[in-house]
Amino acid sequence: MGYPHPSHPKETVVLSKHFGDPEARTYAGWVRHGGYQALRKALGMTREAIVEEVKASGLRGRGGAGFPTGLKWSFMPKEVVKPHYLVCNADESEPGTFKDREIMRWTPHALIEGCAIAAYAIGAERCYIYIRGEFTEPWKVMSAAVEEALANGALGDDVFGSGKRIEMVLHRGAGAYICGEETAMMNSIEGRRGNPRIKPPFPAVAGLFGMPTTINNVETLSAVPHILERGAAWYKSLCLGNPKSTGTKLVSVCGHVRRPGNYEVTMGTPLRDILHDMCGGPPPGRKFKAVIPGGSSVPIMTAEEAEATVFDYEGVVEKGSMLGSAGMIVMDDSTDMVYQIWRLARFYAHESCAQCTQCREGTAWTTRILERILAGKGKVDDFQLLLDLSENMTGKTICVLSDSCAAPVVSGIQKFRSEFEAYIAGAREPALASV
Amino acid sequence: MSGGAGHGTAPAEAYVPVFAGPARARLEQLFAKYPTRQACLLPALWMVQEARGWISEQAIGEVADVLELTPAYVKGVVTFYTMYHTHPVGRHFVQVCTTSPCNICGAEDVVKALLRETGCGELGATSPDGRFTVIEVECLGACGFPTPILVDDDFIENVTPEKVKGIVQRYE
Repeated sequence: MGYPHPSHPKETVVLSKHFGDPEARTYAGWVRHGGYQALRKALGMTREAIVEEVKASGLRGRGGAGFPTGLKWSFMPKEVVKPHYLVCNADESEPGTFKDREIMRWTPHALIEGCAIAAYAIGAERCYIYIRGEFTEPWKVMSAAVEEALANGALGDDVFGSGKRIEMVLHRGAGAYICGEETAMMNSIEGRRGNPRIKPPFPAVAGLFGMPTTINNVETLSAVPHILERGAAWYKSLCLGNPKSTGTKLVSVCGHVRRPGNYEVTMGTPLRDILHDMCGGPPPGRKFKAVIPGGSSVPIMTAEEAEATVFDYEGVVEKGSMLGSAGMIVMDDSTDMVYQIWRLARFYAHESCAQCTQCREGTAWTTRILERILAGKGKVDDFQLLLDLSENMTGKTICVLSDSCAAPVVSGIQKFRSEFEAYIAGAREPALASV
Repeated sequence: MSGGAGHGTAPAEAYVPVFAGPARARLEQLFAKYPTRQACLLPALWMVQEARGWISEQAIGEVADVLELTPAYVKGVVTFYTMYHTHPVGRHFVQVCTTSPCNICGAEDVVKALLRETGCGELGATSPDGRFTVIEVECLGACGFPTPILVDDDFIENVTPEKVKGIVQRYE
């Protein structure tokens, strides 16, 4: 449902069915809505059977990478000889993305249930939910829900009398975008600076506290109870033609649309339907100019490209970008693309952990060159300089933060070059004071 | 980087420990939730900031002590995370999102209105009456409801320049 708007007929409402309903926040309310049946069912299954069911559903990671969830779980050791951990990534910080926040605010027990099932499936007795520090309301709602789940036997030493132990610990972040990267998140939980780690070793081998660990996104885990309850075949059937992208996806739409908000669609829905039918199109008198479809880290699309896109993992790639987190930033014809690309570069420069040279220097210099252009002091050579920097920032660092900074710059120059040229030629009033 | 008093020149005010009594008990309850004491560092720093409003050099020393870490290590972690204050701030700390999704919807005008109505004048400065400090922050994760601001722990959505005066009046 298009929270905070009423559900649109073109939506497929699964995860967002109870958004806006305060009753769903309580344990009793959640049980009345059919909650915790999936966990009870899971506890009667073998670990392997759960992993196979999730594999068969086609569920892929909803945080941005789109890695098959069941496959990720199957990388965990079969025998539990040392502690296994589940980490739920609730550090939602990708500009344009605000879906996990609504899951936690409105349906905290969906997430707890998903975490409990996943923890059991991977042989973990403890799950850390890493919530970004700024999410004060989700933190309160989740804290209350964990207490209630514990009091009702859905968590604890003997979950629903099964003899299985599942403990859930909420861990508060403290303002660092990079901690949404899974290895940086593990460092942060361990009480370290949030620097990403070199892989391998992969988390399933040596993750949190050096132990086998699985990290999944909030939306991914919240889909798991539905899959167990209604079956992998049902989930897989939520697909409009491409069997590699199944299920529903929450799409956060922001920027220049008449009805920004979260919408839930079947994979394969035309992006045009989301932009025009669900979100109501551009503001009166405006036209769409650009869309960043998957959070700020993916290449910018022109409005024409976006409107011709099939919204699923492969469909967005086909049109030159990525589905990412499906945090969609929509820009109309009033937008100064150079200014907004500079603002994104500044974001990445601010959030770089600074351990890799290409990222530390690259994000900072990219920002400065864009500042120079906006101040009317750009040079024609700056195009090549920016592209060379971007080249050196792509595929060369421990994590993909610097790649993410390069993505809007390269695609922006490709698609909106004349806007840069106008500043460089002095045909446009400088947007920034002299630097 | 520290905005506190210079080394060796601080007035000889006695430091009152944060982790005494109930706070110490709360911290010790956390020990059971993590396999190492070091992992309690972020939660412990949050407890300090809740109690004192910021994290001083002495508090860094105390945290290092109770978690069996070195002060230099703790300081390295404190300075990595932007939400920990390494110097005193106003009674109400205001964080405004100005990242692109909010930026294209007028966030910079909200910043201007906040700086004017709080009397802070510039980003990072505390108002002369000590009530407010305003900073720009990167994405607050509420992009569909521009502009979101955080006043202390209050998350306020859909802030426009016109609403700023009324919001500021709610905080003493």
